[in-house]
Amino acid sequence: MKHHLILKVITKFMVGVIVLFGLYVQFHGDYSPGGGFQAGVIIAAAFILYGIVMGLENVQKVMPIWFAQKAAALGVLVYALTGVFSIIFGFEFLNYHAISPEHPKHGQHYGIILVELGVGITVTFVMIAIYYSFAGRTPRLDDKEW
Amino acid sequence: MASEIKQGTLELVNHLPILQVITPMLIAPILVVLNNKTLSWLLSFVGALACLFISILLIQAVSDGSILTYYLGGWVPPIGIEYRIDAVSAILLFLISIISAIVLIFSYSSLHAEIPEEKHTLFYSCFLLCLTGLLGVVATADIFNVFVFLEISSLSTYVLVAQGAFLDRRALSASFNYLIMGTIGATFFVIGIGYIYMATGSLNMMDIAERVNQFGDNRTIQAGFAFIVVGMGLKLAMVPLHVWLPNAYTFAPTVVTCFLAATATKVALYVLIRFVFSVFNYEDIFVNELFFLLLMPLAVIAMIAASVIAIFKQNLKKLLAYSSLAQIGYMLLGLSLMSQKGLASSLVHMVNHGFTKAALFMSLGAFMLNTKNVYIKSLSGLGKSMPFTSAAFVIGGLSLIGVPGTAGFISKWLLLEAALETGYWLVAILIIASSLFAVIYVWKIIEVLYFSESSESYNEVSVLTLMPIWILALFCIFLGINTSLTVDVAIMATEILFK
Repeated sequence: MKHHLILKVITKFMVGVIVLFGLYVQFHGDYSPGGGFQAGVIIAAAFILYGIVMGLENVQKVMPIWFAQKAAALGVLVYALTGVFSIIFGFEFLNYHAISPEHPKHGQHYGIILVELGVGITVTFVMIAIYYSFAGRTPRLDDKEW
Repeated sequence: MASEIKQGTLELVNHLPILQVITPMLIAPILVVLNNKTLSWLLSFVGALACLFISILLIQAVSDGSILTYYLGGWVPPIGIEYRIDAVSAILLFLISIISAIVLIFSYSSLHAEIPEEKHTLFYSCFLLCLTGLLGVVATADIFNVFVFLEISSLSTYVLVAQGAFLDRRALSASFNYLIMGTIGATFFVIGIGYIYMATGSLNMMDIAERVNQFGDNRTIQAGFAFIVVGMGLKLAMVPLHVWLPNAYTFAPTVVTCFLAATATKVALYVLIRFVFSVFNYEDIFVNELFFLLLMPLAVIAMIAASVIAIFKQNLKKLLAYSSLAQIGYMLLGLSLMSQKGLASSLVHMVNHGFTKAALFMSLGAFMLNTKNVYIKSLSGLGKSMPFTSAAFVIGGLSLIGVPGTAGFISKWLLLEAALETGYWLVAILIIASSLFAVIYVWKIIEVLYFSESSESYNEVSVLTLMPIWILALFCIFLGINTSLTVDVAIMATEILFK
């Protein structure tokens, strides 16, 4: 896609904006529409856009396959360990009161942020991994075929 | 919020219901992060042992008829998700945990022969997720949570079945078939849940049970129930909906076949039992007629037809898969008799058949390590060169037929008693007929193993491979002699269900 100069320039500009918007959706998820799932999809969309325009090799330089795989697992761990944290402090699994027993409301707030973070990480990298496994299979299109 | 009273006061013992489910769930992502195949096996095995330990503690806790409840996140039901362990779920949790532990011992040697090494970590991770899903379905008392866990287990199962593709590419189409059928089943199930939620406004089983009673004859609830029966019928391979099962069992890696045959269909049946007895009213005419007019004939057809088909199969994995269909027929039949003894026989057969089928599939897997395939011809004369594996296979086979002294006898006897007690003597005759067919197909294999000359000689498999097979075979005998663990618990469980 050497000659698609406009696409490339716009993509380079947009990727940052998309990730920023993803982070906004992520961290406002607890009191406005949004949350980990939506944010994860948005952030993954930035990488997928980069991959579509710049080519699979280039996006895999930024985000290697092994990293996507491990990070997806890490997200689940963040979620599960938040729950285990409550168990260790004598509360029910995923009872966020454990995070701040004196201020239960704050505890709930922090807890949901942590859990959504886990969801966000997992969704982002699972989406990227799905894109990789589909994009890696198809025969690459030559520039001439455009 | 409940926790205002008991803030931070829970001991580790109170957490058993959730620990049962999250132990494998926590280990699964850790495996992916560490990405070391020996360590993966070790950690999965330790996780499965921990699950087994927890499930034994749970059985002890509920064996006096008490019920353990656990409020996730401290939210009181019906708003929050509740985990609820009674004797019925404790048996199933024990079955799933012990089978997973035994199967993981076997996987140490058999997985190398079937799956390339770089896939092992992800395989074990998927296996643990499947385990999480199955345990979660049994532990939870929230019907939507049941759906979520069912999907966790099913999705990982599709992946696990597809792993057979390294030996035989047909595993891919088998897995895809299973994916389509399983997803349709899950869709039906979730539609059913939707109807129930529409009518009652609740997702908690106990809460729904109370509200359903007030409704009486309600079309929405009946439609919901019908959807759930069909959805679960797909998942548990009820006879006209069974087409995914034979191929999925045949082409999956041996480890996966053992695990699925012993647990997955049983868990689906458990869900059905749960819905009939804990969510709906089992005395309801609609429920009773559905079971009498629909499930009982289907169960009988499964018993007879699948056994007959099994006789003609040359691929032994497929033969055993069809025999599984017949055994599922027995379990469904026990349930559809709608009597306390019938249900008890169904529950006991879940456990007994779990051990029996796992022993059979696992010894087939051990044969396969040497012969590379499980066609009946290639097993000729193995009784001499692989005496220990063959002997274990024979014990499993006897238990499958239901010879006295083995586990299979106990549950079939209970089923016969239940059928005669409720006056279905024709059904009782058909049960015996189906057992006779089982004699034919088991004998067919034994004959090849012991009474035909082998062209090649093989060495017996290693002790590490034999150990899990013999643990299962000994369980087949032990459960046939000592029935306190199965029959007594099952009868108590049915007393809880028929309250």
